[in-house]
This record gives sequence, structure tokens and C-alpha cells, in this order.
Amino acid sequence: MSLHKPRNDRAWLGVLPVLLIVAFSAVIPLMTVVNYSVQDILDFNTRYFVGLQWYADTLRDPRFAEAFLRQVAFSFTVLAVEVPLGIMVAKGINRHSRLTPLVLILLAVPLLIPWNVVGTIWQMFARPDIGLLGVAVNALGIDYNYTAEPLHAWLTLVAMDVWHWTSLVALLAFAGLTAIPDAYYRAAELDGADKWQQFRYVELPRLRGVLVIAVLLRLMDSFMIYTEPLVLTGGGPGNTTTFLSQYLATMAVGQFDLGPAAAFSVIYFLIILLFCWLFYSGIRRDQVGTAPSGDDQHVPVEPGAPR
Amino acid sequence: MRFPAARIMLLCYGVYLLVPLYWLLSMALRTNADIVGAFTVVPLEPTLANFREIFTNPVWYEAFQNSLAYVAINTLLSLLVAIPAAYVFSRYRFLGDQQLFFWLLTNRMAPPAVFLLPFFQLYSSIGLFDTPVAVALAHCLFTVPLSVWILEGFFSAVPTELDEMAQLDGHRFGYFFLRIFLPINRGAIGVTLFFCFMFSWVELLLARTLTGATAKPIVVVMTRTVSASGLDWGVLAAAGVLTVLPGLVVVWFVRRDLVKGFALGRVS
Repeated sequence: MSLHKPRNDRAWLGVLPVLLIVAFSAVIPLMTVVNYSVQDILDFNTRYFVGLQWYADTLRDPRFAEAFLRQVAFSFTVLAVEVPLGIMVAKGINRHSRLTPLVLILLAVPLLIPWNVVGTIWQMFARPDIGLLGVAVNALGIDYNYTAEPLHAWLTLVAMDVWHWTSLVALLAFAGLTAIPDAYYRAAELDGADKWQQFRYVELPRLRGVLVIAVLLRLMDSFMIYTEPLVLTGGGPGNTTTFLSQYLATMAVGQFDLGPAAAFSVIYFLIILLFCWLFYSGIRRDQVGTAPSGDDQHVPVEPGAPR
Repeated sequence: MRFPAARIMLLCYGVYLLVPLYWLLSMALRTNADIVGAFTVVPLEPTLANFREIFTNPVWYEAFQNSLAYVAINTLLSLLVAIPAAYVFSRYRFLGDQQLFFWLLTNRMAPPAVFLLPFFQLYSSIGLFDTPVAVALAHCLFTVPLSVWILEGFFSAVPTELDEMAQLDGHRFGYFFLRIFLPINRGAIGVTLFFCFMFSWVELLLARTLTGATAKPIVVVMTRTVSASGLDWGVLAAAGVLTVLPGLVVVWFVRRDLVKGFALGRVS
């Protein structure tokens, strides 16, 4: 990776196709959303400019606030489970075994299942009448029913998300672990490091890059979750598992409230950007403060950093 | 055995991973009467009737074809545009390159729900609504940035000396790129293909919004079945099992480069 790449503005020709396709599939729609968000649209010929009214309405909407808080609680819960669990699982994979490719494929399976099928699998698995999990838990004497009890619905959703996405963290962490040369472990052994110290001082610093990607991806994706809860709980019981995307989809497609839905969309997008930016710049600052040397080959993937 | 506790964790997690999958498969092998009747852990009279239903009913098998159509178009298109972009990102500095790279990634952060309405109107107005092309283009929203990201990581790891050598040998750029550079990066392209496939295949929200009666994908047919009264769990489970298979085929082909792919090519 040379830091001194030649400057060549003709390189723009190479990125032109990407620009065109992303402009078509992202910029035009995004502009449309921004445009709608400042208008009251009665039908397509009768519209009034309303300024920031929809934004103010959305921010004052108690159901938006509730969906937002539920969303934050959900995202942080699944991150708190998936990241440590994923690291543990990755550490359990033997690097040199002939079975390793099979283990990795097995781990990748949940990531390849359509999201509504994930919901369906867990629906069938957790239903108290026909599901293996539901029947088993009830047989233990716990009155478990995720369709009626909000707490059970939450636990089931978290269990489903952990099932669905821990593999991503595990595969990323495994990729990071395989990049650590054996010499580092031998050096740690000579220094008399115990398992925890070896993890804390040898592995964790070198996993930083992949863990940043893992946390960012999980943060973004869990914040956009739509399909799985829709299939599993339908947002219920009541509204207790209705997250932001589902509320937005109801507003936009169900009720066809174009203006408010558009303002909601813009706020939603900005929230995600803000979270990712906060997390990312926090990591960077932390790194500038503590990074001991420049020998770290896999610094966090840094969009647009010198490559 | 460096860390037995972690090994045990892996085993437990493997069981946790497999049990719901086992249950899906076992549901797929039962008739609906069996499922809602007496509860048994193992299907007592396994049957392939549910799979037969899917392979003989056009609503089901055409939905599979529709899904595969837009996933294939999306994957091809994403690779075609992402490969040149990733190459120039990995080889040159140019005006606004860093901003451009970051901007591409922000598209990956946009919730698809945000795009429902504008997509619907955009594709309706240009006559692409209810075609695989519409879904394929819409999915480019996240597959193209991701492809550029992954490929750039892999391409940057290829020393520029290779480019210079080829030039010294008198090869034209086109020859070098197609006959030397791309074959070397087979693994990278395979992994990117895997990720495009994965994110396009699993998506429901946009696919549902952009299709009507003719191009209806499998994920939508499955949710329609859910909402209909008189739910046929067995057929639904069988369809679920079949949606897992294409992913398994793809992951098998890229198994060697999978780990690098998950680190987005950055871990050498």
C-alpha cells in the first residue's frame, strides 16, 4: 500500500459509472425526499410549501420518540451481546484445523438467509403451540408466549438477532485473529502473560480495525431493522416492538402521508449518520491518544484515509 | 487448545445456530395436519409433499426465478461498475477522491425504508416498475458501495510494481487489466460477488415495494402466505429451506477467500 500514489485526475473516468448508478439510485430519491419534506401534498397537483413544519411535528410526535427509544435500547442490547460473543466464538475456531472451512461456512449460513425467512424460522421455533423453543420453555414451567407478553417478545427478538448476526462479528474477528503472527504469541508466552493478558495486550489491539467495522455495520443495520420484527411480532404486542423503520413504512406506504414521512426519513438518516460519526470519531481520537507506534498494519478501515 | 473456554463457547454457539435450522427442516418434512396436531420433536411420517407443492405450483417456482433474476442482474452490474472504480481508488489520487469514497459509504448507511416512496415513483415513471431490473437497480444502493469498499481493499494489497512490470513488458493497459490484474484478483471478485448476492438475496422491503404481480420475488410470496388465513406452515418451511440453498452454493465457491472478504480485504 503505497502512501505516495500518483495524482491523476483522469482517474475520474474510472469512478464515473459508479457515480452515475449511485446518483440514480440514491441522489435522485434523496432529493425527492427532501423536496417532499417541506411540502403539504394533498394530491400531486395541489401542494403547499410548509417549511420545517413536518420536522417540528415529527420531533414532537410521542410515538416517534417511543419508537426511537425502543430502537436505541434494541441496538445497544444486541451490540452488547453480539460483540463479546462474536469474539469468544472467533477465539474458539482453530486456525489450523482442516475442519475450519466447514466451521466458517456453518457460521455464514444465518447471514445468507432472507430476512423474512429468519423471522419465519424464529416464528416457527418460538411459537408456544408448535415451536420447539416455545414448547420446551413452557415445559420448564415458564408461561412463555411472545405474542402476548412484551418482555417475551423482546427477548425473542434479541435472541433472533443474536442468532442472525453474531456470525458477522465472529467472522470479522476471526479474520483479524488470523492476521496476528505466531511470533506475537510466543513473545507473550516468554513474558509470562496469562490468557487474559494475552487477549488484552496482544489480540485486542490488533482486532481494533475489524471490530470497528463490526460495530459500525451492526450499529447501522440494527438501527434499520425492519423485516425480522415485522414477520416475528408484527411490531406487537401493542406497539412494544415497533421500531423506526416499521413506523416509517406504515406512515409512508400505509397512510401515504408523504410530507411527514419524508421529514421522518431525513431525520432518521441523519440520526444514523450522527451515531456512526460519533462512534467513529471517538475511536479515532482514542487511537491518536494511545496508539504506540506505526507498525499496526491494519489500522481501522478509514473511508477516504490515505491508502 | 489455547483457550478451552472459547472452544466450549463455539460449540454452544454452533448448537444454538443449528437447532432453529433443524426445526425449519423438520417442519418442511411434515404435513400441516402433523404440525398443528400432536407436538413431536422428530417428524413421525416425513414427507416431501411440501417441496413437491413448490416445484409444481407456478406461484412458487416463478417467484424463485424472479428473485434469482434480479440478484444476478444486480451482482453483474455492481461488479461491472465497482471494478474500475476500485482500481482507480487503489492506484491514484484525484480531485475529491477521499470525499467521494466516504460519500459512497454513507449510502450504505441510509435506511431502505427512507427510499420506499421515491423509488416507487421513480421506477413507475420510467416504466421499470414490476421488473427485475428495478429491484436490481434499487439494490445497487448498498451493493455498489460495498463492492467498491471490498475490492479497493483487495486491490490496494496488490503491489503497484505489477502494473509497472506489465507496462515495461509492453502490454497495453487493457491487456494487463483483463488478462493479468483481474485473474490475480479472482478471489476478491468471488468474495465481492458473494456479498452482492448476500445483500440482494436477503432483502425484502425494496423488493416488495418495487414489484407487483409479475415480478414478485420469493421473499414476497412467502410473506403473503404468512398474512393469508389458513397458514400452511409446512410449505412455508419448505420454501424457507429452499431459500437457504443458493447461499450455501455461493459460499462453498468462495470458502477460501471468505475470511479475507469479511475483513473487507484489509487484513493481509
